Amino acid sequence: MEHRSPKGFLYLLPAALFLGVFLIYPLVDVFVYSFEESYNFASQTWRGIGLYNYRHVLRDPYFIQALKNTLLLVGITVPVSTGFALLLSVALFSLPRFRELFQTIFFLPYVTNTLAVGLVFMILFQKTPYSDGLMNLLLGLFGFTPVDFIDGPYAAKMFVLSFYTIWIVLPFKILILTSALAGVDEQLYKAARIDGTSRARIFFRITLPMISPMVFYLVITGFIGAFKAYSDAVAIFGVNLNAAGMNTIVGYVYDMLYGDSGGFPSYASAAAILLFIIILTITVINLLVGRKRAWRG
Amino acid sequence: MKVVFDHVTKKFPGRGKAKGTEVIAVDDFSFEIPDGKLIGLLGPSGCGKSTALNLLCGLLAPTEGRILFGEEDVTDIPPEKRGVGMVFQNYALYPHLTVEQNILFPLQNLKGAERPTKEEMLAKAREAAALVQIDSLMDRRPSELSGGQQQRVAIARALVKLPRVLLLDEPLSNLDARLRLQTREEIRRIQLATGVTTIFVTHDQEEAMSISDLIVVMKDGKVQQIGKPQEVYDDPSNLFVAQFLGTPPINVFQGRIENGRLLIGDEAVLTWSQAAQPDDQHTDAAAAIPITVAVRPEGFIVDSDGPFSCALRSVEVMGRDVSVVCAHPALTSAPLVRAVIDADEQPARDDETVHFSLKPHKVLLFDAQTGDRLRTGW
Repeated sequence: MEHRSPKGFLYLLPAALFLGVFLIYPLVDVFVYSFEESYNFASQTWRGIGLYNYRHVLRDPYFIQALKNTLLLVGITVPVSTGFALLLSVALFSLPRFRELFQTIFFLPYVTNTLAVGLVFMILFQKTPYSDGLMNLLLGLFGFTPVDFIDGPYAAKMFVLSFYTIWIVLPFKILILTSALAGVDEQLYKAARIDGTSRARIFFRITLPMISPMVFYLVITGFIGAFKAYSDAVAIFGVNLNAAGMNTIVGYVYDMLYGDSGGFPSYASAAAILLFIIILTITVINLLVGRKRAWRG
Repeated sequence: MKVVFDHVTKKFPGRGKAKGTEVIAVDDFSFEIPDGKLIGLLGPSGCGKSTALNLLCGLLAPTEGRILFGEEDVTDIPPEKRGVGMVFQNYALYPHLTVEQNILFPLQNLKGAERPTKEEMLAKAREAAALVQIDSLMDRRPSELSGGQQQRVAIARALVKLPRVLLLDEPLSNLDARLRLQTREEIRRIQLATGVTTIFVTHDQEEAMSISDLIVVMKDGKVQQIGKPQEVYDDPSNLFVAQFLGTPPINVFQGRIENGRLLIGDEAVLTWSQAAQPDDQHTDAAAAIPITVAVRPEGFIVDSDGPFSCALRSVEVMGRDVSVVCAHPALTSAPLVRAVIDADEQPARDDETVHFSLKPHKVLLFDAQTGDRLRTGW
């Protein structure tokens, strides 16, 4: 056996080249832009190098609003959607029949177009001079006064956005968790039953630890996905997210590049790097916790 | 704890093409397992032995009939209240828990007054671990143990709650040959040490015969025979039992009875003495009656004047004894006859024909149609 043969690297070269050009280079480039003051795409010029862009972005009320929205969205949707997916998967799994049918139904949102779903959500929740919308009609039955979820108070708008995000991400999580549940050895449950284990204890001491690697996978990808939220907000509140006060960090980056206030690649880069740092930190924390807590088969 | 099957039947609904028809996995089981014994449920795969075990532990409910532990009817009692310990075929250890946590698990399920203190639990777990000799492995996880050690953990976990009945599903099938021998003796030792009524399922007749007090031979959901291993071996109730027990397997010939003589081919291998004439009609008849003759491999004696002759094919030396392999046209069970004889008595290998006389008590007769045993005093 030849050890340290350079041949191995040759095989990796095509993929490495591809990744280098389209992934590593842009990443480094964005990093560089973020330190270049007033970089201009057209003239390829900048005025100075330093932390100016970061200072500007962190003082920009739109960015602060976007950061607040994103953190709130992440804080609400990741735990709720993961917990809800866990609940639904276990329920699905204990169905004696129609399991496939319900699995298919629960999976439908995943294959439906985001913007189309957003439109439907808007119609459900919107309050117009002509109609209070279906959701307000339902709430009215319980004696609530109608609220405009699309163009009303912040909490209502946040609620719709969270509701929508959870609804969109749920199918994938259910899919992953039901297959994780199916992978748990049936005999473990039988053994536990013979030993007189209560249902709750079976769930917390056997099921959950056995599927914990998948749960952690979902939490990590959930965090990353939620931090990168943008299209969901657009689908419900339209492109002018700053006006609606519902912008996200990715939305802010987009606006800085192409939006009404566009033409600021330096600010966009700085915001993107800030997002990158946040996601990296959270992911590292997740991995560290996961390594400690999750059982590895 | 005495265990009683009282006319227990278990039917499963058919699936797919067989929908509408029922599969009878266990058919009218009635037998009693005495207290404190080791019992082997033995049969080929699909004979219902695992179903019988699942009925005992309560994971399955019988379609008809009752199951009793001692005087208590446990048919409608859920598994956790039956006081059974079960060792699964693949052990079903909780992979994310250590050996100690695995053994503690059943104790931690106890509630109220039954629940021991933490110290008591640990003491009990250690006691169970010591019994199966894994007390030095308490901090390991199952994946860090060998198959045999995992098996011991599973037994300790089943025993820690002091079950009334211990059930083992194919306990040795996942072990290699050497470990299997060791472990079966280990199971016997543990059973004797605890005195708990133990029922185990196996398809390996050697395994069942070697350690059981009683074996229950099953086929197609029906009990074929129950008895002490040696008794069942020496005195099988039908051809299936005779063929299922014993390695190498019994040699089965087409034979016939004529004028009080047993013939295989044209050779009269045994004759009934006038005094020991059985009352069976088979032997009285002057006309030839077809019959199935089965001869245990150890029932052959090399004897140059013997009545039974075969074409010698080979002699396989196995150390203590030798296997004489030869051909006989009337043989139906296998391509060749296998006779196991003492190494000192082996025939000359250049002989083309080998002559045997037969040990009468190793020759078993069966009805050629039904396979039922024909009892015949020689």
